Amino acid sequence: MNNILVFPMVLPIIAGVLLLFFRSNPNIQRWGSILTMIVVFLISLWILQQVMIQGILRLDFGEWLPPFGITFVADAFAMLLVTASSLVSILCLLYAAFAKDEKREHFFLYPFLLLLVAGVNGSFLTGDLFNLFVCFEVMLLASYVLMTLGGEKKQLTEGIKYILINILSSWLFLLGMAYLYGTLGTLNMAHLSVRIAEAGQPPLLTTISILFLVVFSLKAGLVLYFWLPGSYGALPTAVSALFAALLTKVGVYALFRFFTLLFYHEPSVTHTMIGWMAIATMVGGSLGAIAYKDIRKIAAYNVVIAIGFILVGLASFNYEAIQGSIYYLIHDILLKGMLFLLIGTVIYVSGKTRLDQASGLIANYPLFGWMFLIMLLSLGGIPPFSGFAGKLLIGQGAIGAQEYVMVATAFLSSLFVLYSLLRIFLNMFWGETSIRLKDQMHLSKGTLAPLLILAVLTTGLGLGMGILAPYVSEAANVLMNPELYIEKALNHK
Amino acid sequence: MRENDVILQTVSKIAVFIILTFGVYLFLAGHHNPGGGFIGGLTLSSAFVLLYLSFDVETVNAGIPLDYKKVAALGVLIAVLTGMGSLLFGSSFLSQTFAYFDLPIFGKTELATVVLFESGVALGVIGVVVTIMISISEDV
Repeated sequence: MNNILVFPMVLPIIAGVLLLFFRSNPNIQRWGSILTMIVVFLISLWILQQVMIQGILRLDFGEWLPPFGITFVADAFAMLLVTASSLVSILCLLYAAFAKDEKREHFFLYPFLLLLVAGVNGSFLTGDLFNLFVCFEVMLLASYVLMTLGGEKKQLTEGIKYILINILSSWLFLLGMAYLYGTLGTLNMAHLSVRIAEAGQPPLLTTISILFLVVFSLKAGLVLYFWLPGSYGALPTAVSALFAALLTKVGVYALFRFFTLLFYHEPSVTHTMIGWMAIATMVGGSLGAIAYKDIRKIAAYNVVIAIGFILVGLASFNYEAIQGSIYYLIHDILLKGMLFLLIGTVIYVSGKTRLDQASGLIANYPLFGWMFLIMLLSLGGIPPFSGFAGKLLIGQGAIGAQEYVMVATAFLSSLFVLYSLLRIFLNMFWGETSIRLKDQMHLSKGTLAPLLILAVLTTGLGLGMGILAPYVSEAANVLMNPELYIEKALNHK
Repeated sequence: MRENDVILQTVSKIAVFIILTFGVYLFLAGHHNPGGGFIGGLTLSSAFVLLYLSFDVETVNAGIPLDYKKVAALGVLIAVLTGMGSLLFGSSFLSQTFAYFDLPIFGKTELATVVLFESGVALGVIGVVVTIMISISEDV
């Protein structure tokens, strides 16, 4: 019994609901939500430590034993992601608190941000397929509200597409679950894994797994990313940063769980498909990233490229590659948050959304400009920063799996990432200043603080990769050896 | 010009009480039979919707001055906190328990903590349904 496991999900819910009663006081809303997420972050760090000491932890809700009850299972992979997402949500909330968007704050911005985080953390932690669906829905319902909150025309047109595509994928998710329950008679993930292994994953189950591949590809933006650039571009800065950092990553997490814990018996079918999908995603994302001059579109296509890159690790399906994916996933949660916060701030200070409409911002805001440079170097995978280890290990793993096309596409796509962001940097930050120093918008220290923290984090993680190493290798170990997960998630003490 | 809805209003006044009673019955029946917080809550909220339909929004709001968003929030809070309540007794999250008591009128009665959880669910459902109904009516 480890009741602490439920706190990363329940605390944001309680705080979000309590904040509904303090609608008229924006300060309670701002600092209450930040405080909650700091507590959640500290709790997740503690659970992560416990997982390293005691092994995988499990909580049976209402003391109903698995496979009958609902369980939360915390392994190192889930806890690393919970910790990273709690950290990035603190920083996004901090940015929102200083952005002071009072119209949205009055209409429950913070409660819905907290509910979104609750859904994300729940999705990472749950050990039950139906519960995963429910947590997805908690997250998606909150995201629907955040998508349309403010009621600008662009938000509504993009919002309706976003809602339709997600309802479709949720419907397919439910359908897939029905198939799975019909064939295997259980929805507990560890129990499913046992039964799939017993049956040896016949073609019928492989087909069902491909249905899930489609579902999670829609959520993650793997190949099926057509909804992503438009909807992310319509959001206010802090919300778009949180979306970019978390939402697609939950889909990626689900893909990793499914194709390492459940459907790992036919990699020649499923993992090959994932590989080709990853290649298509990286190619499409790279084309998108250099095709547009709208910096929000460029940022959104960068999210897409990263999804393809992370899934190269899953497709290669060996220890190094999975390790690399986990490193890169953590790095990407932090850095995509940072990218969107920076892009939003650029639009805020320059008032322009196209990269050829402003220039010389670094003269107006030197610190801000250098942080943009750090971010782009880190996303490009340049050594002192945190993107490097992930890229290196994914590359090694993919070469080990003799997937040379994937390796080539992956590293070419990194160049496209670097090029597309350098283009923003060269156009908007260098050159003659387009805004006179006395006309420039004031950039408060509070707005810069979350960006600075992220810049320090990416540098720190890059230099101190050794700190993360034991956690990541433990996480990869569990992913590559599903019996470790099953033993802890299913045993009756 | 308002249309004459004397019959609707007279019938509603009686029907609302029948619906409310049935809703409470369903809520309590849910422990062993079909029913429970969600279904009971839906039935209870249908009584509110009937009131809003037969009288106008202002009259009903004057009679029942509740902010239904807060009712929903209170409901969710009760549901989550009763789930957390089991932590105080060293059990797992969402654990429930029951015992038999001798009450003056009812005699030997089974009282279960799950009723507290379900009342949270019912309040949540009522709050959400009525909020949706009122905001749809404001749009037209």
